[in-house]
Amino acid sequence: MEVEAGSAVERARAGDSDAFRLLVEQHSRAIFRLAFRMTGNEQDAEDVVQETFLRAYKQLNRYEARSSFATWLFRIASNYSLDLIRMRKRHEDKRERGSDEERDILQNIAVDTPGPDRVVYGAQVRDRVNAALDELSPQERTAFVLRHFEGLSIEEIGASLGTGTNATKHSIFRAVQKLRKNLEPVVGHAR
Amino acid sequence: MNHISEEQLVLLYYGESDEAASIDQHLVECEACRKEFRALQLVLNTVDSAPVPERGAEYGRAVWQRIEKRIGKRKQRRFAQWWIWAPAMAALLVTAFLAGRLTHKPVGTDVAKNQQIRERILMVAVGDHLERSQMVLAELSNAPDHVGKLDITDERQMASELLDDNRLYRQTARSTGNTAVANVLDDLERVLIEIAHSPTEVSSGQLDDLRQQIESRGLLFKVRVMGSEVRQQEVPPAPQKDGKKL
Repeated sequence: MEVEAGSAVERARAGDSDAFRLLVEQHSRAIFRLAFRMTGNEQDAEDVVQETFLRAYKQLNRYEARSSFATWLFRIASNYSLDLIRMRKRHEDKRERGSDEERDILQNIAVDTPGPDRVVYGAQVRDRVNAALDELSPQERTAFVLRHFEGLSIEEIGASLGTGTNATKHSIFRAVQKLRKNLEPVVGHAR
Repeated sequence: MNHISEEQLVLLYYGESDEAASIDQHLVECEACRKEFRALQLVLNTVDSAPVPERGAEYGRAVWQRIEKRIGKRKQRRFAQWWIWAPAMAALLVTAFLAGRLTHKPVGTDVAKNQQIRERILMVAVGDHLERSQMVLAELSNAPDHVGKLDITDERQMASELLDDNRLYRQTARSTGNTAVANVLDDLERVLIEIAHSPTEVSSGQLDDLRQQIESRGLLFKVRVMGSEVRQQEVPPAPQKDGKKL
């Protein structure tokens, strides 16, 4: 599959739009999943997918085959998602209000967790996971998502985000600490 | 061995620990650390339950259909070199705007109405200009880190062409009292000058300097916001109840 992707990249670089179409078709779902996990918003994730491929097309001549094409796309998508999240955080107060509301919801969940109804409980845990992910800083969320969900190594993430290995490691540690703080009270009910 | 830190356990969980064997051994022997690791595993496994909306097998094709035209446009733009005619069109719009202000002497309610129309003409031109400028700024801000030189010939040439438009719009905005637009265009102009005067190939240090220029002024965001506000002003007012339009 990677060999096919490699040859599609070469053909796309040479101006073959059918080859680029193949790459879009092959990687769109993975980019969407990454973008959604980073932004937590379906519409933003769609924007990220679209912009990622437009940028990738424009920068195809800058792609160096040292990393896989998928990793290179992840890098573009995660950087664009980061911009998007930071922009929101800086300039909209909504986030702050949302966090307060989410905190309230979390508290209610912890108090009201039903014992026997596993379906309802599962849905509440998912809500809580989403809220806990929203509590992470953009940098923490990006590093965590790339490590936890996409399986990139810490070194690869550091290179992708231009933050270096140590800073990436600390972003992941902080992310895990915050997730534990927010999730252990509710996960404890499952034990 | 002392107890294992949370950081060590996180690295172990993700298979990135350099001391996996000794930690494993410790976990066999130490109930407290084993319990701690179980708690960590439980939380991280729970995170996997965060749902992601499903996208079907046809999703990739749908994405391609959405971007295909824009890719086509980018190609065409490259060959047609839109920046050759864009300044001329922009100049024409602004000249029409200024000519209207200087030559036409409307009376009564026509004054306000014509003023609104001319403002909208200016806004259309400025909106397009900001969109093109945003592309240049975004390309540089998001360029991947690289070793050696990076070719920014396209961005440099676009910046150079955008400069002429920018001066015209800035002066027009200032003369018509649109201070907010004029201020953003003022900031934009300084960065466009920097880009236009950069070498065609830049080192990573030079690229960082350009990024710094863009970031320190919060320029990309200002241009996005102003572009979006300008676009909203382009929308003509809704028809009045009696069916008349402005």
